[in-house]
Amino acid sequence: MSALSLLSSGEREHETFILNVGPQHPATHGVLRLKLTMDGEYITRAEPVCGYIHRMHEKMGENRTWAQFLPNTGRIDYLAAMAYGHAYVAAVERAAGIVVPARAEYIRVITSELNRISSHLVWFGAFLLDLGGFTPLLYAFDDREKILDLLEALTGSRLTYCYYRFGGVCNDVDDDFIRGTREFVAGMRPRMKMYRELVTDNIILRKRLIGIGHISAEMCRKYGATGPVIRGSGVAYDVRKNEPYSVYRDFDFDVPVFPEGDCMARYLVRMEEMVQSLRIVEQALDKLPGGPALTAGVPRVLKPAVGDYCFAVEAARGRFLVRIVSDGKEIPYRVRLRTPSFSNLSLFEEASQGMMLPDALALLGSLDLVIPDIDR
Amino acid sequence: MISSLQELADQFSKLIPQDAPLPETPAAAGASCAHGGVASQASTNPVQMVDYAIKGWHLDVRARPDQVVAAAALLDENGFATDAVTGVDWIAEGEMEVVYDYFHPANSWRVVVRARVPRSKPEIPTISQVYPGANWHERETHEFFGIVFLGHPNLTPLLLPEDADYHPLRKDFKA
Repeated sequence: MSALSLLSSGEREHETFILNVGPQHPATHGVLRLKLTMDGEYITRAEPVCGYIHRMHEKMGENRTWAQFLPNTGRIDYLAAMAYGHAYVAAVERAAGIVVPARAEYIRVITSELNRISSHLVWFGAFLLDLGGFTPLLYAFDDREKILDLLEALTGSRLTYCYYRFGGVCNDVDDDFIRGTREFVAGMRPRMKMYRELVTDNIILRKRLIGIGHISAEMCRKYGATGPVIRGSGVAYDVRKNEPYSVYRDFDFDVPVFPEGDCMARYLVRMEEMVQSLRIVEQALDKLPGGPALTAGVPRVLKPAVGDYCFAVEAARGRFLVRIVSDGKEIPYRVRLRTPSFSNLSLFEEASQGMMLPDALALLGSLDLVIPDIDR
Repeated sequence: MISSLQELADQFSKLIPQDAPLPETPAAAGASCAHGGVASQASTNPVQMVDYAIKGWHLDVRARPDQVVAAAALLDENGFATDAVTGVDWIAEGEMEVVYDYFHPANSWRVVVRARVPRSKPEIPTISQVYPGANWHERETHEFFGIVFLGHPNLTPLLLPEDADYHPLRKDFKA
């Protein structure tokens, strides 16, 4: 719709215009396009246009064996791939009745939580970059690098992990990893304090975020928004607590909740979550049981029982659900991947209405989108 | 507001009377057989409590296509959030299944509502007026399976190219 046709329709006295943000734009964090109808500096309608890097993972799931789909799970949300692998292997384990040794579950928790911290650090740096602060990104990537080094030594990959196997993990942790992780946890705590003093308490940041981009708890529920988005709207919904999976029951941790529903609340949720993840990692290292890290005797070719099965995990961006349908063959009948960024972005059109453009970009950054997670 | 899942199951039983038997879901029946569970009930009762540890949800509701909006409204009244909408192509039976997942933000409750439509005329009403979040999920299900969500405000491709005239998750789709 052109501005001229709007004018001639007589519906508006003054001009609106279409503004394209993306698909190549730093603020969209990947190939996402926003089609904005602008009234001056204000947004009257924002339509996200997705699918630029759609790869049809769900179809790929239907033409390879259950195990051959494992590498795909690392390529959906490339910043928090561990949790995605976790949901998929756990869904198949549920279907095939595979028991996972306690040590493997602890290692899964440790690696997933480290991955959550590294994912939040990327968000932290990129979000501040969106808001005009360049320096925090360099600090955040410095810390993140330590996690990536640890995980690379353990899993062989820096981002697209394919570490979890049906029945455990493919490589047991060694003393170097445990020592390195302890050092990281000890070193990260003062860094979090520094971030608080330098960034969180910064008056410019607070003015950019407080009262901006309000999302109500009701809107989250209606759109299925989860993760830090719903927790920033005052709802203590966390899959790790609501549908406890793996060994999360064994750990003492809090679910950070902030009731304001603005960008600042979502910012604070993620900052606090990193502290909680450090707590979980520390406890898991203390309690790490012995024994095998992989169940022996899991067949190379799996044929799970006929039926459909779900498994949900708390990924860095929210609830990730795998729904598999097995017809008893070695190839999945259906693999459904319900990703958090997809649902979180779907509320943007409603939430951004009437916002100023720079505020809408703050809102977009506070949703912490990963585009392959939306497009799959 | 309900206080237990059993209460919700009772409300669903009122909504979806048992005396109207629904076509058997081979997947659901097969699963309960495999785990030595409730195979005999599976064929008659459309509202079933299932074992979360085995399946990953608590309440399984098989509805007719014209009942999914009422089911969504009932879940909405009771504070559930929309999780996902998706399809499964049961080509051997000439049917397509639409699966609605729901979770509860304040509880551990998980509900699955499923309905089957004929492959020759895959049409089902939209629930996007109840849950606006279902809008995108239905668009995705439409483009992947060719299932038409009647009354949907904008049933255009979301992830596929805008001129896509194929439905890649149909079992007879050849790339």
